[in-house]
Amino acid sequence: MRRVSFRWVALGALVVALLLAGVVSHYASSEPDGLNRVAQDHGFSQTEKDHEADAPLAGYAAKDVDNPRLSGGLAGVVGVVVVLALAGGLAFVVRRRGPAS
Amino acid sequence: MHVPNGFLDAPTSMATGAAAVVCVGAALAGARRELDDRTAPMAGLVAAFVFATQMLNFPVAAGTSGHLLGGALAAVLVGPWTALLCMSVVFLVQSLLFADGGITALGTNIILMGVTTVVVGWLLFVLLRALLPKRPSLVPLEAGLAAMVSVPAAALVFVGLYAAGGTADLSLGELAVAMVGVHTLIGIGEAAITFLAVASIVAVRPDLVYGARPLLARRELEIRATATEATA
Repeated sequence: MRRVSFRWVALGALVVALLLAGVVSHYASSEPDGLNRVAQDHGFSQTEKDHEADAPLAGYAAKDVDNPRLSGGLAGVVGVVVVLALAGGLAFVVRRRGPAS
Repeated sequence: MHVPNGFLDAPTSMATGAAAVVCVGAALAGARRELDDRTAPMAGLVAAFVFATQMLNFPVAAGTSGHLLGGALAAVLVGPWTALLCMSVVFLVQSLLFADGGITALGTNIILMGVTTVVVGWLLFVLLRALLPKRPSLVPLEAGLAAMVSVPAAALVFVGLYAAGGTADLSLGELAVAMVGVHTLIGIGEAAITFLAVASIVAVRPDLVYGARPLLARRELEIRATATEATA
């Protein structure tokens, strides 16, 4: 079987993740999710307290970017890059050293 | 299913926080066995994919949406310990940068959407892999079915936590029915996304899928055994 190099698989996965977070996310449903819907229906959504931090990308929107498509897409792309760097970096620190078995 | 601040009381949030620290600590030790130079980059990609896909809320019923949780998907792709690390990074970033899920609720969210979906998803996947024919082509199906069950399982754990420290007085039976009901629907979407993602990797490089590797090794061993017999 034709063996696809890891480089291509990684690049493909990264492009898909960036497109999903940067472009497709604009078309996601904005209805409350399962937990929030149940909280509304069962009368405990008002127990929610505000988030502690003044998060820079709160609500998956970049501050000071007015265009919603651009703002949401930018937030998504930043999120993908930050998660990739943190999780990838953590995996590299934790991994077994030496050549792959 | 991100739990905001305030749904659970402080003692319960502290308890889930402590439990999450223990689980992530165990995962740091356990992931060492799963990660090497070749698989470490996969962990970053899987976490990034889970983050991206969690942004994609799909409609499940009138006025309700759901999104992938991803613990089963990550466990099948990179192994259960590494999966928990990936999921924890996703929830940490979502909480700090995106205000999605409270910071005091971070432990709760790691236990609910990380530990629960990884453990339930992985155990069910391993069970299905043992019961069904040992073929790599069945791995996406097994992963999808395991993922489907992991979502209502997480919903049940939320009900359990709410029983321990919910801040509103409500019928737990009704809460359980509502939570499991809507999350069973969300589980169908979870199954579809998990199936597609695992199938894409299995199609091009099954050796990169942690959950498919025992099936590949088995096949190689069979070939070698035959070859040895032939030369003997």
